Amino acid sequence: MLRSRGVNLQEGPRTNYKERLQDIMLRRSSRRRLVDKVVSISAIFSVILAVILLGSILIEVVINGARALSINFLTQPPGAIGSGLGGIGPAIEGTLIVVGLASAIGAPVGVLAGIYLSEFAGNGIFPSSVRFFSDVLVGLPSIVIGIVAYISLVLTLGSFSVWAGALALSIIMIPIVVRVTEETLKVVPNSMKEAGHSLGIPKRTIILHIVLKSAKSGVITGIILAISRIAGETAPLIMTILGTDLFFTSLTGPVDALPLRIWRLVSQPYQYAHDFGWGAALILILMVLGMSLGLRLLAHRRGFKIGTIAA
Amino acid sequence: MTTNGENSREDEIKADKDIDRQTESEQVQEKQQQVHKVSIRNLEAWFGSKQALKNINLDVEQKTATSVIGPSGCGKTTLIKCLNRMHEMTPGAKAKGQVIIDGMDIYARNIDPVIIKRRIGMVFQKPNPFPTMSIYDNVVAGLKLNGIRDKRLMDEIVKDSLEGAALWDEVKNELGKPGMGLSGGQQQRLCIARALAMQPEVLLMDEPTSALDPVASSKIEDLVHDLKKRYTVIIVTHNMQQAARVSDHTAFMYLGELIEYSPTKKMFENPEKELTERYISGKFG
Repeated sequence: MLRSRGVNLQEGPRTNYKERLQDIMLRRSSRRRLVDKVVSISAIFSVILAVILLGSILIEVVINGARALSINFLTQPPGAIGSGLGGIGPAIEGTLIVVGLASAIGAPVGVLAGIYLSEFAGNGIFPSSVRFFSDVLVGLPSIVIGIVAYISLVLTLGSFSVWAGALALSIIMIPIVVRVTEETLKVVPNSMKEAGHSLGIPKRTIILHIVLKSAKSGVITGIILAISRIAGETAPLIMTILGTDLFFTSLTGPVDALPLRIWRLVSQPYQYAHDFGWGAALILILMVLGMSLGLRLLAHRRGFKIGTIAA
Repeated sequence: MTTNGENSREDEIKADKDIDRQTESEQVQEKQQQVHKVSIRNLEAWFGSKQALKNINLDVEQKTATSVIGPSGCGKTTLIKCLNRMHEMTPGAKAKGQVIIDGMDIYARNIDPVIIKRRIGMVFQKPNPFPTMSIYDNVVAGLKLNGIRDKRLMDEIVKDSLEGAALWDEVKNELGKPGMGLSGGQQQRLCIARALAMQPEVLLMDEPTSALDPVASSKIEDLVHDLKKRYTVIIVTHNMQQAARVSDHTAFMYLGELIEYSPTKKMFENPEKELTERYISGKFG
C-alpha cells in the first residue's frame, strides 16, 4: 500500500529490519543463482543445437556434393536429360554475372542511401518513411519482387533477361545495405566528426575519410550479408532470367544460375541429377564463402577496425 | 553579422576593409601585435529558444593564456565554440554578434566557417584521436584531408607539432602505431599536436584535462605555459586552481553572462564583483 503523506512510523518498539533484509536477500540470491544456471544452460544448449543443424547441413552438402565434382562438371553445359553427362558451367557463369551486376548496382546505391539517412536526412517525414519502407522491403517475399520485375521489365522488353534478374536481386539487396550502413554510421562517435570539423575539413571529406573509414568493417559485413542472401535467391530468377542450358550470350537474353540449376536437377528422377544438385549446392556455398572471405580481406588489408575506439 | 540594422552596412564595409588589411603585409601584422588578437563584441548565442550567451564583450591579448571559469551550464563551452563557429554545428543552435580575430569578423557574411576552423585550433574535453589512423596520420589529418600531399613538408610538420605538444620524445619511434594505443594524457597531447599542425594562431581548449589523471593534467598545464609563448590560448576549465596556474587573464561567467574579466592574479586575490568572490571562495557553483 502506498502512503501519500510521508513516512508513517508506528508507536512501540522498532522492528529488527536488518535481519529481515538479510534473510530476504539471501533467499533472493539463491533464486538468482538458480535462474542464472538455467539461462546459461539453455543458452549453451541453443548454441549447440544451432551448430549441429548448420554443421549437419554443411557436412551433408560436402559429402554428397564432392562426389559430383570434376573439371567437366564445373565447365560443361548440362547434357541431355538422363544421360548423366555434362555439368553446371552456365549456371556458375550466370550466377557470377547476375549477382555481380546486382551487387554493382545494389551496394553503391545502398551505401549512399545509408550515408544520406545517417548523415544528412535527420528525422523528417521523408527520411522516416524511407527507413520504414526499407524495413518493409527487407521482409517482402522475394517472389513478389520477381513478379514486379517480370511485369515491369520482362513483359515490357519482351524477353527474359540478365538485366531483369540483376535489377530484381539489387532491389532485394538495397534495403539490407541501407539499414546496415545507416546503423553502422550512427555508431561512429560524434566526437570524431567534431574533431574533423574543428580541423576545417569539409563535411564530405569527413564522411568519406573519417566516418565511413571507421565504420568500414560494419558496412562491408552488411554488403556481404546482402550478397549472400541474393546469391541463394531462386524465386525472382525464375521470373526474370528463366534459366537455360546455354552459356551467357547477352545481357538482354536469358541465362542460367546456380539456385535455378539446383532446383531443376533435383526435380529430375535420376540419381546422377541429384548428385549434380548436391555438387551445385556445394559450389554455391563455396562461392559465397569465397566472396565473403575476399571482401573481408580487402577491408582489413589497411587500417584499423572500429573495435579499437575507446569507450 | 549584426542585428542592428543601421550599423550592418558600416560593419560590412569595415569587415571588407579588415580582410583587405589582413592580406596586405607584415607591417600591418606588427601593428596588430598591440591590438587585441580576439575581440568579442555583443555576442549572443542560443540553443533553440534558450539563450546560452548574453551580450558578451571580451578582448584577448596576443600570446597570452585566458581561462574561462564558471559553474556548469554557464556558457563557457558555448563561448569558445562560438570563437571558431563550432557552436552553430549543433542542430538548432545559432549565434549573433561579432568575433573579430586578427581584425577579421568571423561572423561576417562572406566568411566560410570551414576556413575559419582551419585557422583556429580546438582541443576537446575527451581526447578524440581518429581511431583508424596512426599517430603520424592523426597529426597531419587536417592537412591531408584538406589536400596537402607533400611528404617532406608533412614530415617536418609532424615533428614540429609533436614537439610543440611535448609528445615527440615519447612517440618518435612509433609514429606508425595507432593513435588509440596511447595513454589518455598522450592522446590529448596528440590532439593538441593535431591542432597545432594546422598552424593556428589561436588555440581553444575545452576543459582539456577533465578526463585525465592529475599527472597527465599537470603535463598539459605545463604545456599550456609553453604554448602561450607562441599561440593565443583560451582555455575553459572548471578547475579554479588550474585557471590560477595557467592563465594570464580570467573570465568568470554565470548564467550566460560575463560577470568579470580581469588579470588572473587580481581576479583571485581581489575580485571586483561579489558574485565572483563567492564563486572563487567556493560558496556556490
